[in-house]
Amino acid sequence: MTAEPAEDFVQLLTPQGRRIEHPTFSYDGDEDAVRSALRQMVLARRFDTEATALQRKGELGLWASSLGQEAAQVGSAAVLRAPDEAVPSYREHAVALGLGVDPVDMLKTFRGTAMIDWDSRATRCHLYSFVIGTQTLHAVGMAMGMQRDGLVGNPDPADNGAAIVYFGDGATSQGDVSESFVFAASYKAPVVLFCQNNQWAISEPISLQSTIPLYRRSEGFGVPGVRVDGNDVLAVQAVTQWAMERARRGDGPTFIEAFTYRMGAHTTSDDPTKYRERAEEQSWRERDPIERVRLYLRDRDALDDAFENDLAAEADELAERVRAGCAALPEPRFEDLFANVYADTPAALAEQRAGYLAYEASFSDPEVSA
Amino acid sequence: MSTTMTMAKALNAGLRRALEADPKVLLAGEDIGKLGGVFRITEGLLADFGPDRVVDSPLAESGIVGTAIGLALRGYRPVVEIQFDGFVWPAFDQITSQLSRLRFRSMGRLSVPVVVRIPCGGGIGAIEHHSESPEAYFAHTPGLTVVSPSNPLDAYWMIQQAIASDDPVIFLEPKRRYHEKGVVDTELEPLPLHQARVVKTGEDATLLTYGPLVRTCLEAAAVAQDEGRDLEVIDLRSLSPLDDAAIIESVQRTGRAIVVHEASRSGGLGAEVAARIQERCFYHLESPVLRVTGYDIPYPPAKVEAKFLPDLDRVLDAVDRAMAA
Repeated sequence: MTAEPAEDFVQLLTPQGRRIEHPTFSYDGDEDAVRSALRQMVLARRFDTEATALQRKGELGLWASSLGQEAAQVGSAAVLRAPDEAVPSYREHAVALGLGVDPVDMLKTFRGTAMIDWDSRATRCHLYSFVIGTQTLHAVGMAMGMQRDGLVGNPDPADNGAAIVYFGDGATSQGDVSESFVFAASYKAPVVLFCQNNQWAISEPISLQSTIPLYRRSEGFGVPGVRVDGNDVLAVQAVTQWAMERARRGDGPTFIEAFTYRMGAHTTSDDPTKYRERAEEQSWRERDPIERVRLYLRDRDALDDAFENDLAAEADELAERVRAGCAALPEPRFEDLFANVYADTPAALAEQRAGYLAYEASFSDPEVSA
Repeated sequence: MSTTMTMAKALNAGLRRALEADPKVLLAGEDIGKLGGVFRITEGLLADFGPDRVVDSPLAESGIVGTAIGLALRGYRPVVEIQFDGFVWPAFDQITSQLSRLRFRSMGRLSVPVVVRIPCGGGIGAIEHHSESPEAYFAHTPGLTVVSPSNPLDAYWMIQQAIASDDPVIFLEPKRRYHEKGVVDTELEPLPLHQARVVKTGEDATLLTYGPLVRTCLEAAAVAQDEGRDLEVIDLRSLSPLDDAAIIESVQRTGRAIVVHEASRSGGLGAEVAARIQERCFYHLESPVLRVTGYDIPYPPAKVEAKFLPDLDRVLDAVDRAMAA
């Protein structure tokens, strides 16, 4: 079994849907805001489930499911606004959706029709990163840029921004992540290091990556750490809001450990039955991030069937759009790839491209193939 | 005893035999224990040899190789698994500036017999960083040896020879061939680790290749045979050191050479092989040495990877050009 959360654990909504208070962190959203979080989590889960189904049907080569991590992602992304920057790993589908990335664009890399095909500048959602932990340093560098661009510590909070970087519990073992703590602390960079501790790095439990509660890892680097219930969207939002404000003010970096669970496999290539117990999965199912919000709202008469029905219809629509969009994705043209290697394609590379085209043409040109 | 098995099983059997033969052999890597590795190469070994000898590593490649160096300095023979080719780079510093040169730095006093196993190459429809061919970086580094089996028999023997070697070995496993079967004789006297193998003899031209494309070149040679061309196919097996004698003997005889690899062209193994051929076989050559390789672009999206990877047609196209010259 995975470790139970320690006492330093920010929770504002219990798995049973009961609202509780925390001495430091409070959620200031109204019922509309909670319903909005519920809606985003439901849509994110539907998108993820649809993508998994598409992989099973052979429409995607691979999918890395975000099932179970909706609260951590929706809650943290909810507090982002321009000029904040988000730097995801490869499982942050709900973050990307929250920042306006088109879900069909997100499928392209998993279908193998493109590299990363969305506008990371316009969405402020940067490229997915597949090499574990590398993106943490990029986010710190972006935060250093924001310092130099005068986006930190301005009198009007609206003028300020910060970066948030997403990574997993496995990534915390990588040297790059430790180095990101060092750089962030030394330069007081406006960055939030947001770790979704989903308890598993493929088959390896968190105990192999950290023998102390993970949120304490950063303290020795000079970065304060907070552990939040990653399945509690209200708590995640409250803690992330606090950390982002802190960064934007110029008070430096924060490490957030969102304590959550990877409900699915690592990716569609993985088989978790080989290394973890069903009972553990079940215990986390009882801490589902979506269900507790439903219970909470229902209990307050703030969620009616009409809302739920509309949401179900919206989710169906999203799934249909994703299915159709995926099927319609154009095949890439190999010759186009040569254009994106250098700013100016060197002559020898242009020659390779021409050679490729001539070779391909030789199959259709009767004179050559004769 | 001869058994038909896949390359994945052959590697598993070779590792098992090495673990049985030498108590100092140990395995380490991400997910290699309970899961048996993402390609199941170490399946069952944790159960049989225990967690001191089959070690699940934290998710940190530099740490995996760096600690393997320390273990080797204490007399162990660590065999580490890097999960995918594209994830070896965090360990690049440990491999190229430490592992490769501890013998040299210690004036010959120390050996670090570490084997770094890396599933390599493309052709499996993967996402980014899972289809790389990093061999040239390592073959360029003095002090490292670099080998790549192309079939189950070699996989079974070469992994054991690599483990027995007193030098560090970068052991490149062509992942798209993991599930292809071949006969493995577990009793024969294996070819020396750094010797190439002539897998098909021929008189008209020599195809020089390794790893995943040995099979491709054999298929090309079979088609060429039907067209009346007799190609020799050499499986280099060892990329550092290269088996110069085998290369030279063949090319001096055929007068034509084509080097075939998946990795990008510029600065690749093909360039090194071609240079050696022109140094040693210049007056025997009937045509320029040609290369059939990946293009000088990062590995492409899966839907078009077949355009990047040398295939039978591209090899035969090069044969046509060599023979026309």
